[in-house]
Amino acid sequence: MDAESLLLSLELASGSGQGLSPDRRASLLTSLMLVKRDYRYNRVLFWGRILGLVADYYIAQGLSEDQLAPRKTLYSLNCMEWSLLPPATEEMAMQTSVVKGRFMGDPSHEYEHTQLQKVHEGEKVFEEEVVVQIKEETRLVSIIDQIDKAVAVIPRGALFKTPFGPIHVNRTFEGLSLSEAKKLSSYFHFREPVELKNKTLLEKADLDPSLDFLDSLEHDIPKGSWSIQMERGNALVVLRSLLWPGLTFYHAPRTKNCGYIYVGTVNLVCSVLLLPLISTSIWYPGSEERTTELEDPALKQVAEGWNVLMREMMVGGNGSGRR
Amino acid sequence: MGDPPPPSEPPAQQPSSRRSSQVSERRSREHVQPLPADPHEVQETPRDSQILWSNQEILGSQTSLRGRSQRVSLTQYENSGMSQDEEARLGGVEYPSLNMGFPSEFQPQPYLDEGGIQATRNASLMLQQIQQGQGNLFQQLESAYQEPRLGLLGQFNMYQREDLQFGAGAQHGPYIRDDPALQFSPSELGFMPFNMELPEPEPRELAVQNAKAYLLQTSVNCDLSLYEHLVNLLTKILNQRPEDPLSILESLNRTTQWEWFHPKLDTLRHEPEMQPTYEMAERQKALFTRSGLGGGEGEQDMEEEVSETPVPNVMETAFYFEQAGVGLSSDESFRIFLALKQLVEQQPIHTCRFWGKILGLSSSYLVAEVEFREGEEEAEEEEAEETTESGEAVEAHGEEEGEEDEEKVPDVIPKPTWKPPPAIPREESRSGTNKFLYFVCNEPGQPWTRLPHVTPTQIVHARKIKKFLTGRLDAPVTSYPPFPGNEANYLRAQIARISAATHISPLGFYQFGEEEGDEEEEGGAGRDSYEQNPEFEGVPVLELVDSMANWVHHRQHILPQGRCTWVNPLQKTEEEEELGEEEEKADEGVEEVEQEVGPPLLTPLSEDAAS
Repeated sequence: MDAESLLLSLELASGSGQGLSPDRRASLLTSLMLVKRDYRYNRVLFWGRILGLVADYYIAQGLSEDQLAPRKTLYSLNCMEWSLLPPATEEMAMQTSVVKGRFMGDPSHEYEHTQLQKVHEGEKVFEEEVVVQIKEETRLVSIIDQIDKAVAVIPRGALFKTPFGPIHVNRTFEGLSLSEAKKLSSYFHFREPVELKNKTLLEKADLDPSLDFLDSLEHDIPKGSWSIQMERGNALVVLRSLLWPGLTFYHAPRTKNCGYIYVGTVNLVCSVLLLPLISTSIWYPGSEERTTELEDPALKQVAEGWNVLMREMMVGGNGSGRR
Repeated sequence: MGDPPPPSEPPAQQPSSRRSSQVSERRSREHVQPLPADPHEVQETPRDSQILWSNQEILGSQTSLRGRSQRVSLTQYENSGMSQDEEARLGGVEYPSLNMGFPSEFQPQPYLDEGGIQATRNASLMLQQIQQGQGNLFQQLESAYQEPRLGLLGQFNMYQREDLQFGAGAQHGPYIRDDPALQFSPSELGFMPFNMELPEPEPRELAVQNAKAYLLQTSVNCDLSLYEHLVNLLTKILNQRPEDPLSILESLNRTTQWEWFHPKLDTLRHEPEMQPTYEMAERQKALFTRSGLGGGEGEQDMEEEVSETPVPNVMETAFYFEQAGVGLSSDESFRIFLALKQLVEQQPIHTCRFWGKILGLSSSYLVAEVEFREGEEEAEEEEAEETTESGEAVEAHGEEEGEEDEEKVPDVIPKPTWKPPPAIPREESRSGTNKFLYFVCNEPGQPWTRLPHVTPTQIVHARKIKKFLTGRLDAPVTSYPPFPGNEANYLRAQIARISAATHISPLGFYQFGEEEGDEEEEGGAGRDSYEQNPEFEGVPVLELVDSMANWVHHRQHILPQGRCTWVNPLQKTEEEEELGEEEEKADEGVEEVEQEVGPPLLTPLSEDAAS
């Protein structure tokens, strides 16, 4: 969320139940202002809060003029002093993918991971257990990057592409209309587009090149990993990611207010593809309705339940919500 | 296109002009000629004296609205462009149509005659006419009766001169012009009106007129011409004066176009999109009015009741949670407070507490934990029980039928000896997992729904599955292993599990009652009641943070069986004993070992597994 509208944004995103205490809010207001001045960012976003066992990390991101350029990430433990994090690399991602569990809250904490490595000594090849130390900071960087790439959201029309290439904030963005706000297709991933080029020409013909230059949320895999809700009786649209629980995106339709925040313990609800599913119906591609169902209700119930379980292992269920 | 009728004598001019005014009105209605564009043009082409002149002649009506003047001035031009059909249509004097806001006096007489007219009026009129003349000219040009432009112009020129010749001597009165924007001082103009001749329109002017006519074309699809759109766009920019307009030009363009086609016309009807919002707002308004917020007279009454009312002080607890960074926004907390108040009024409630909010896929749940007053809830319970029991009976019946079918098959299939494990009875209300009643609603303002009591099987199954809640209480829960119940039961089961596992308090806050004999009687299952310790003095924060031993659970632990107090399922029915005595004996050993014992009440957190 934009640091400039921090209070309002926090208020609007508070429906998820996790927010900031008043002292943190106050310190954020001042410190983010200073960060913007010192690092000369065009926009500073308060990204969110990662809950650790001992302490929490508060994360902020700074953007330059071009909104899609790589962002600088900063973290702080007390919302006052911010430290710049190094940019994320693939290597980091691979390294930290082995670490699971909650963050400690201490940036200098090191995770130990034993790996089997083949060591060549002379002519002998044997495997040795090597203990690899992974710093929590590295893990933080790659997790933030992962979350951003997966679930950072922006509504359609909030950014536009200039003919010269850079992406700018659209100052005439008046907000989505109510009917648009309820559709997943009016929200985009706030990252470099990956799926755009896979679209058919027909689809591309309908797109507006200055507005539709990012991937939409509609075709996300796994399907159904976004929950759209209207709160306050249609005055606020809230998108919550089911893949990374804790990410909340809010938007007040017909106004400019929008933003996302991540508050939570970082856990990717795991995704496993290609699981055996029992077909409970025959579906003709291209139509949602022409199906013939299994006849035996008991068998059908079991099959359905099995399918659901398998699918959930893709998406991951969280049972009773987030509490 | 019809032949241009020869310009008639001055008296004939009047009727014809009035006739054609109808046409002009019709056309002008479609085109709104904006003013700002014109003055620029005017200043650029002051030499357009010929048009000016002809305007002067014709235009008697000094209306502030150019549109009308255009219509008026159009008359002459239109004459040249009108077909026979149109003239026939226009038969008769068309005064009323002309008087749309006109001053009633309208004389399309040449202005020339009034020698005594003041210079200012001349000048402003002139300027006005220049503007209109240009507009008129081009309106004419864009009329359906497209002629080769030069041809028209030629006629127009001819017409002009003839007008001059036929300048009538009728008097014009002074006409009121209310639009101050049109009052240009004579000093702005560099010339005087009367001593001009009407030269041929120069090629450059012709080009300008052609260009403008092209811009004024409307396409087949819509009524909007590029000219008008550009004018709207520029007007908007000039009115709003945004910073750096060049960079937002495209967006402005899109917005202007959109606005043209989506005018907000209907002030009486509500927009359909906003309907649910308004409904919700109405319901929440009812919350505020019903609760009777702090009227002056009501205050005294309320004070007396304060000590007795079970409504929790949600705002206070929300404040403390906020310090920890947890919780909903303050206005939502307040609405929840009002909703709880409403609940207390509706139901016979002894104690009430806001349990929390559970997020769901399409909507969320607000949960209130409630205890009824003594004896109040039994009626509802019985109804609920009956329905569930009948449901179970039907299921059992179904199973038996299945078994019978198998037996009828010619090959004797051994009858399955498997019996479903006996259903473990659910706990009584006000004890164990059912100690409290839970009400849920989706948003504050909506009616509260009561959740049914939870049964041990539901808890056992709820432990095995992980499902998102959709937000609708009657939604089915498809899972593997299949969950016995719908979303309301699932929700209730999870609430029970969460409560049992996470409700904690500092050590010493609660203490057991003074009856110590209970411990032996219940076979070590522990006491299930506690009371607040009146001598609790508080624990320093540091101690609370340092060690887990300072926190205790004040809810009963749920055994693996699904209940808080263990029940031996074999003791339940005598039928089972008769059917399988042998099996029972074999099982007994196993059963006995499994008497489940959980940590007693008020166990510190440090004893928790996997902390």
